[in-house]
Amino acid sequence: MSASEPTSQPAGGRPAGAWKPFALTLPALVLLAAVIGYPLLTIVLRSLSEPEWGVQNYAWFFGAPVNLTVLQRTFTISAWVTLVCIVSAYPYAYLMTAVGPRVRLVLVLCVLIPFWVSGVVRTLSWVILLQDSGVINSLLRSVGFSGVRLIRTQTGVVIGMAQVLLPFMILPLYSVMKGIDLRLMRAAESLGARPSRAFFTVYLPLSLPGVYAGAIIVFILALGFYITPALLGGPRSTMLSTLVQSQVLSLLQWGRGGAMGVVLLAATFLLLALAAPVMRSRHREAGRR
Amino acid sequence: MNPGQESRGAAIDLESITKAYGDFKALDGVSLRIEPGEFMTLLGPSGSGKTTTLNVVAGFTDVTSGKLLVGGKSVVGVPAHKRNIGVVFQHYALFPHMTVGRNVAYPLTLRGIDRATRQSRVARALDMVKMGDFAHRYPSELSGGQQQRVALARAIVFDPPLLLMDEPLGALDKKLREWLQLEIKRIHRELGTTFVYVTHDQEEALVLSDRIAVFNRGRIEQIGTGRQLYDEPATLFVGRFIGDSTVLRGEARSDATSTALRIAGETVTAPRRLAGEASPVMLLRPEKLAIGRPGQGVASGTNRLSGMIAEAIYLGSGSKYEVRLADGSTAIVRSPLTGESFGLGEQVELCFDGADAKLLADDSTADTTLT
Amino acid sequence: MEMKPLTRVLLGLVCLLVAIWLVAPTLVVVPMSFNANKSLAFPPQGFSWQWYQNFATSPDWSTSFLNSLKVASIVAVLATVLGTLAAFGLDRMKARPANLLRMLMLTPMVVPGVVLAIGIYAVYLDTKLVGTLLGFVLAHTILALPFVLIAVSANLEVFDRRLETAAASLGAGALTTFRTVTLPLILPGILSGLLFAFATSFDEIVVSLFITNPYLKTLPVQIFASITRDADPTVAAVGTILLFATTILIGGGMLLLGRERKGRL
Ligand SMILES: Nc1ncnc2c1ncn2[C@@H]1O[C@H](COP(=O)(O)OP(=O)(O)OP(=O)(O)O)[C@@H](O)[C@H]1O
Ligand SMILES: [Mg+2]
Repeated sequence: MSASEPTSQPAGGRPAGAWKPFALTLPALVLLAAVIGYPLLTIVLRSLSEPEWGVQNYAWFFGAPVNLTVLQRTFTISAWVTLVCIVSAYPYAYLMTAVGPRVRLVLVLCVLIPFWVSGVVRTLSWVILLQDSGVINSLLRSVGFSGVRLIRTQTGVVIGMAQVLLPFMILPLYSVMKGIDLRLMRAAESLGARPSRAFFTVYLPLSLPGVYAGAIIVFILALGFYITPALLGGPRSTMLSTLVQSQVLSLLQWGRGGAMGVVLLAATFLLLALAAPVMRSRHREAGRR
Repeated sequence: MNPGQESRGAAIDLESITKAYGDFKALDGVSLRIEPGEFMTLLGPSGSGKTTTLNVVAGFTDVTSGKLLVGGKSVVGVPAHKRNIGVVFQHYALFPHMTVGRNVAYPLTLRGIDRATRQSRVARALDMVKMGDFAHRYPSELSGGQQQRVALARAIVFDPPLLLMDEPLGALDKKLREWLQLEIKRIHRELGTTFVYVTHDQEEALVLSDRIAVFNRGRIEQIGTGRQLYDEPATLFVGRFIGDSTVLRGEARSDATSTALRIAGETVTAPRRLAGEASPVMLLRPEKLAIGRPGQGVASGTNRLSGMIAEAIYLGSGSKYEVRLADGSTAIVRSPLTGESFGLGEQVELCFDGADAKLLADDSTADTTLT
Repeated sequence: MEMKPLTRVLLGLVCLLVAIWLVAPTLVVVPMSFNANKSLAFPPQGFSWQWYQNFATSPDWSTSFLNSLKVASIVAVLATVLGTLAAFGLDRMKARPANLLRMLMLTPMVVPGVVLAIGIYAVYLDTKLVGTLLGFVLAHTILALPFVLIAVSANLEVFDRRLETAAASLGAGALTTFRTVTLPLILPGILSGLLFAFATSFDEIVVSLFITNPYLKTLPVQIFASITRDADPTVAAVGTILLFATTILIGGGMLLLGRERKGRL
């Protein structure tokens, strides 16, 4: 029989006015409105009003095959990055739950250090590694292959982006896996499931919420990636962000750049909206420790 | 905090306190006077409003209506931190980032008491709860019982005239509870402070209290000493909540001086009648029921009921039987070690003196709210 | 869970590869930073400290480094204050509006960097904030805010509000309770929020690339410019310094947090 606890109300004993908590969030909200809300609104407006009012910029975007190719490529590259992240993060996160505290610390550090090291520096490293005169090519040359193009290719972009985004996949996966009750696996095996079968029927489904969460984050971040594709990519691996940048900064086409930006933004929020209910229902699943 | 008044407890008056959450009344006209230095226990099933009452007194919860006086002065609207009332929580609520010593010194520091006095009072409070050797430990390094004793020391160190405790022993095992009950009783005697203690454990209430207030659905059903509640329950709810009891229900017939109940063919009578219109039931304590084999006429009781042994429990000092009566209800009987013993399924006869039966108004909620 | 030896070896191998992939590439900046030639081609030739000297003496590099330090420090404080206040507000609000506002405040994390950048750039052009300290601070603060919010909220979630009730019963008013009970207990969250905010600002590049001008450049902008313009190994030297600084910072932070946690729940 559990006793109910004292009702929690602010110290001092009197219930605070409902406005008090809201007032605390107000400064952040004001800044948010000024530095995110207003600029995004500006972009939407400019995409509809430059050079004149109308949807001509959107018509232009969806009318030009080049743009559609880039849009499609942005999604393809993001999907590849997400896939690479899932495949490599899953065993890694699993190992993190299965080892002793010391090895776990090493594994955690391996994730956290790149997470913390400047993203620009990490991309720089990839430039050094992948360039034609880079580490990988000189290794390949020394064993007889010559001139594999890595920089300015889609593969290079995917490898670099996946490395930058991997922590965003590993961390949610780990936090879900850590909560899975391993006794369920034993139970499955005691009921006659082979270990591999127990894994696919019990462990995998229970770890899926982590996969979903990680995949959504990685995919969305990948969609908006700019620096890595800009430095590692070439004309054949241009992503939408780069296109937006060149429209605005090089061509001074605020309307067209804005329209592209709005498309990218809409895609991001659409994905989030689609993913949110799935994730919420998944999170209710049983089997937590 | 005048040293001359240190060991004096404060009187508390609750006058028709109501606390509503939306349409729901957690407290519905609660009136209660607690004398200075008294040990008052609030007893009742889960959700009956005990904690709410305590929170109202402590100042954690506002009242919807009613008057609340502590030491003769109204404290409605006075914030909790200015009430100078000690509170011990079920969940200890020790500050995890402070040592035991700093936890206990905390209220003294807030009151601007100088270091030397502070130290001696902390030491005295910790000694009182027998935790003097633990001042440098952190709460996480203590057992549950030890943490609760520190919480107690922290609540009494500033000599509040009133100490509130909300199921302070609820999370502890039985042995520890029983020992700490005695400790709390001793501390109450030594301090002379008014104690208000919440529990849903009737045995604990009987052990500790000067008086008990029985709560049910946001109301007080009865206030009295343990003996009064046991011998003279004012309502069926109280009778069932305190101690073991047998409730007899049946077709009732009353005349001016007596009431008869017809239960599955047998009739029992009591030499009283119930005022009002409510249908009467009889409540009997186990020791008022005599048990024997059918037709043996074991006791001088005027009323007889036949039944069958449904459960026999050996208690050490005697045996307790649950007897299934003809109408399907259960009677509880205690028989001394020296008495006869009965086996499961055996037919028996119960006898009682009609004068020993408490006549109470039937209340269908009394059964369902039992814990 | 019992695994077959083969499975175990395979798993270990895969994870080793992933770990190498995570950590090793970044290390390549270390040998490059001692290159004697002005080139980023691998393998480096010879040995010299000249790129470190260049970093310390060249005004381009040292000013941008100082700018980054300045911006990141201000941003860390500002974002921590705003984020902590907001986290408290959300914690004490009803669940529904709190969830809504929380989602709103986390949007800076998901809005694609370039989209935000052109928006801010457009507004800054109008308000003459391009290339100003204020401009950088405002933009970075909004980007750092979600991290502070997450860190502090996580701490508030496990913070036992009943301790505040207990403090009140012992005579502590609202402010005293906050100072003596709440603040010490959520300090780890605030500190990690501070660190995150600093790191976010110090590393921010996308928005910075748009709102920078020749008078105010941050370090990432300078690095980016250097990579795209010439093969100057000074970037490798800078990368090496940042790499070691971060490693030491996290290592120290972890040790500190580990010690903090002792004697706690
Ligand atoms: N903040 C609140 N909002 C709405 N209802 C509440 C609130 N606090 C308490 N109640 C309700 O008031 C009633 C009395 O609660 P209270 O905590 O006083 O019970 P209790 O007698 O202490 O029970 P227990 O033995 O379980 O601790 C319960 O039905 C509870 O659900
Ligand atoms: Mg309670």
